[in-house]
Amino acid sequence: MDRVIKVLVVDDELDFLETIVKRLAERKLSAHGANNGKEALDYLQDNEVDVVILDVKMPGMDGLEVLKRIKFHWPLVEVIMLTGHASVESGIQGMQIGAFDYVMKPARLEDLLQKVRQAMERKVIQENKIQRAKKQV
Amino acid sequence: MLSTNEYEVLRWRLLGIFLSFSIVPLFILGIFLYSQFSFAYKEKVLEGMRTLVENRKSAIDLFFEERVSQLTTLAYTIEYSQLKDEKYLMRLFSNMQMRSKSYIDIGVIDSDGNHVAYVGPYPDLKTVNYKHEEWFLSTISSGLHISDVFRGFRWVPHVVIAVTVREPDKTWILRATINLDIIESIVRSAQIGRTGDAYLVNRENILQTPSRFSGNILEQPSGPDFSRATVTRLDELPCGTRTCFFASSLIRSTHWVLVIMESPDEQLSPLLRARDGGGVLFVLAITMITLGAYYTTRTIVNRLEQVSREKAVSEEIASQSNKMAALGKMAAGIAHEINNPLAVIGEKAGWVKDLLQRENLNDNPHLKECDESMNKIEYHVDRARKVTHRLLGFARRMEPVREQVDINKLVKETMAFLENEAHFREIAFVTNFDPKLPLVVSDSSQLQQVVLNIINNAVDAVDHEGEVNITTRFEQATSMVCIDIADTGPGISQGNLDKIFDPFFTTKEPGKGTGLGLSISYQIIETLGGKLFATSKEGEGATFTIHLPLNCA
Repeated sequence: MDRVIKVLVVDDELDFLETIVKRLAERKLSAHGANNGKEALDYLQDNEVDVVILDVKMPGMDGLEVLKRIKFHWPLVEVIMLTGHASVESGIQGMQIGAFDYVMKPARLEDLLQKVRQAMERKVIQENKIQRAKKQV
Repeated sequence: MLSTNEYEVLRWRLLGIFLSFSIVPLFILGIFLYSQFSFAYKEKVLEGMRTLVENRKSAIDLFFEERVSQLTTLAYTIEYSQLKDEKYLMRLFSNMQMRSKSYIDIGVIDSDGNHVAYVGPYPDLKTVNYKHEEWFLSTISSGLHISDVFRGFRWVPHVVIAVTVREPDKTWILRATINLDIIESIVRSAQIGRTGDAYLVNRENILQTPSRFSGNILEQPSGPDFSRATVTRLDELPCGTRTCFFASSLIRSTHWVLVIMESPDEQLSPLLRARDGGGVLFVLAITMITLGAYYTTRTIVNRLEQVSREKAVSEEIASQSNKMAALGKMAAGIAHEINNPLAVIGEKAGWVKDLLQRENLNDNPHLKECDESMNKIEYHVDRARKVTHRLLGFARRMEPVREQVDINKLVKETMAFLENEAHFREIAFVTNFDPKLPLVVSDSSQLQQVVLNIINNAVDAVDHEGEVNITTRFEQATSMVCIDIADTGPGISQGNLDKIFDPFFTTKEPGKGTGLGLSISYQIIETLGGKLFATSKEGEGATFTIHLPLNCA
């Protein structure tokens, strides 16, 4: 499967955001950055996205809230939670709401990439299931 | 929490209060009852004495009045000429003595003091002249005389009653001697018990009857002087070393004073017996009250001590867990603050590495150096990441939860906290973990606290150069996961081994340890459904063993 994975990274730390977007792009991913939850939701409104890498703790709308909205409007979009503080619980909570997985900050890019690819795989499987279901209908 | 000494003070104070509030009223009641009783009883005794003295006095008065009237009647009815005849007088005297032997002798004396006739046991008196005798003069002048006891010419103590008869041509005297035995017997009948006394004194305070204790007849009594008494009196006066009761009353006919003495020791002996009995009862009651108060106080204070010990432990646990929670929050905050910059550093370094690979910079001599530096940055970011993640793990565990705990992992992590310290002191941690150890459901933060405490104690016990052996194993028989922590320290004496889990027991220097660590650990393990115990031989180190159930329930 050679589809380019479209990634949206949501983090309030601009330095981090810029760099990780560049590094993902370097690895042949279509990456875009959003500085906060609202921006992310706006972007999702207009663009197709496969995987969202979402920081849990952000000023304004927090990660879990953003996750809920993403899962409500775009249930097929996979979300990987990025936790930066003592919130392994919030990571787990995120998974209960529907996140694919969580990664503790600071994460190695390799680990993150692996999670992104796994998420993409699941998304493809889900999409195929839906298509097959549609065909049957 | 009070010190042991303060409990001792409290114990004594409570005991004092109990005793004073029970013994003082008892004492007051006892004294009140005793004084009332003794007052009433003494009144009764004195009243008895008053009755007695008046009764005896009347008897003596009556006796003398009868004798006087008898003699007066004789003197005024019988002619002098007849009385002069001794044979007649003898007959008369024996008639008089028929009913009672009241007299010793009788005589007729003329106005010159010579015996005209005499009947009695002292015939020598017939030649005696009484002209200058006191009684004679008094009789002549007053017509009737009752003498005090005196020896007279016969040299035997006696009392005379003399009646003067004045006829136109002559004056003569009828004189009779009274039998003192009769008076003495009347007086003696008032001598009560073994220590009571009764006697008569005249106006010159001379004994008219022999006294039991105060002296013989015609002597001065050794007791108090009652010769001036007029009406009946009751006195409490010292006699010898004691205080005695005296009742005295004047006998009108003779102007003598009848004195009755009674010793309170004897008269009040029922009272004294009651006092002694009461004293014994009092002592008995005080003993029982004291025992009761002591027992109650001991129970109360011991219970209080126990309760406050328990309270101290639970407070310490609460404050400990508060402290740990606060520490956890702080650790989490720090970790978070550091993680974000770390993430940026890591990403930037990664990006530089990416760039270095993309650009063809092989000819640049510093490329290798740059690459190495980036690798180093990544390596150290990773190292810092491990530290912050451990901190986060610690913080997370501060909240009380029931979760699956990998004991091996928990022990390993806990050891990590102390590795530096141990390394400094050249103490080696030797681990022997059972790789197939099942997970247990428990509270990992509390468990960690206990394990940390015990390993810390072990390190302290070894002090310098030695080993701390940590073993985990699963006991099939009891389905318990066990952690053994053994040190090569000096061990614990048998006496201390029983006390190490007691609150506030410590062998560390004052200020170094609260003495609560092990008792808290003990309580935590108990609440988690496990067991904590220690075995030791002096000189061979100590082993602490934690038993944990698979599910703490």
